[in-house]
Amino acid sequence: MPFDSLSDFLHMGGYAFYVWLAYGVTFGSLGILVIQSMGQKRKVLTEIAKKIQREEHLKENRSNK
Amino acid sequence: MWKWLHSYADPERAYNLSGKLLPWFAMLAIALIGIGSVWGLAFAPTDYQQGDSYRIIFIHVPAASMSMAAYMGMATSAFIGLVWQIKSADWAAAAIAPIGAVITFIALLTGATWGKPMWGTWWVWDARLTAELVLLFLYLGVIALYASFEDKVLAARAAGILAIVGVINIPIIKYSVEWWSSLHQPSTIRITGQSTMPTEMLYPLLINILGFGLMIGAITLIRFRSEVLARNSMRPWVRTLAKAQGVK
Repeated sequence: MPFDSLSDFLHMGGYAFYVWLAYGVTFGSLGILVIQSMGQKRKVLTEIAKKIQREEHLKENRSNK
Repeated sequence: MWKWLHSYADPERAYNLSGKLLPWFAMLAIALIGIGSVWGLAFAPTDYQQGDSYRIIFIHVPAASMSMAAYMGMATSAFIGLVWQIKSADWAAAAIAPIGAVITFIALLTGATWGKPMWGTWWVWDARLTAELVLLFLYLGVIALYASFEDKVLAARAAGILAIVGVINIPIIKYSVEWWSSLHQPSTIRITGQSTMPTEMLYPLLINILGFGLMIGAITLIRFRSEVLARNSMRPWVRTLAKAQGVK
């Protein structure tokens, strides 16, 4: 292992800012992408459910007349 | 012989199959990226020239190579959708585009944070860097085209043509460091012959490349499933799913 201690590891041989910026932005943007992608399914299904509800509403009102 | 493949063009079967594949892709991707990143960050030896700044390579090279691989995947899907009129292929292409854009952004950003300490600049209008930036714009163009038509069959055709034409950019990125004198270093991994990198650095890099590939696969499956649902909202099986989900 090239590092002696945790602070040595975090220091990254003086390149801490660049290395952690790269890793931070990478995993941050990947996280946002994954969360946004996983939320899509629920959004799509809710939208379809709303549409079905509207259609059923229309049908009911028509048969009442 | 290959006719069984056709049955998976059916939206419901494609949806179910991708749901079955998803956990495997996701688990393997998380495991590999976890191992590769920790290995690369904490255990790989320090580079004798670049010090510890070189550790950015363990995400930069996977992101850059997979940004091109994902583009080829997207263009291939778009081509299948255009030529054989297989809608599932169009939806797969639409699912890959935003992922490719994020991966390309990561490749550019990690390149900049590596370039600053090593070259002394965040950015140069160098052949390799500029071509990769064009790749980002191609992804954004495909996303924008697909989003701008209400009729998604037409949208997929327009976006698909752009995706296929844009393939010309891939060999330009790949060979830019050989064709033009570039600030960017040439590739260190050789598929044939000796890689110009010690194995203690090469293994975590290869693990992360594989991990990034599988991660793109996993996110593609997630987005593909939503795309299938959105495009098949009139089908009974989707309506059953929607009713189970309910209105929130």
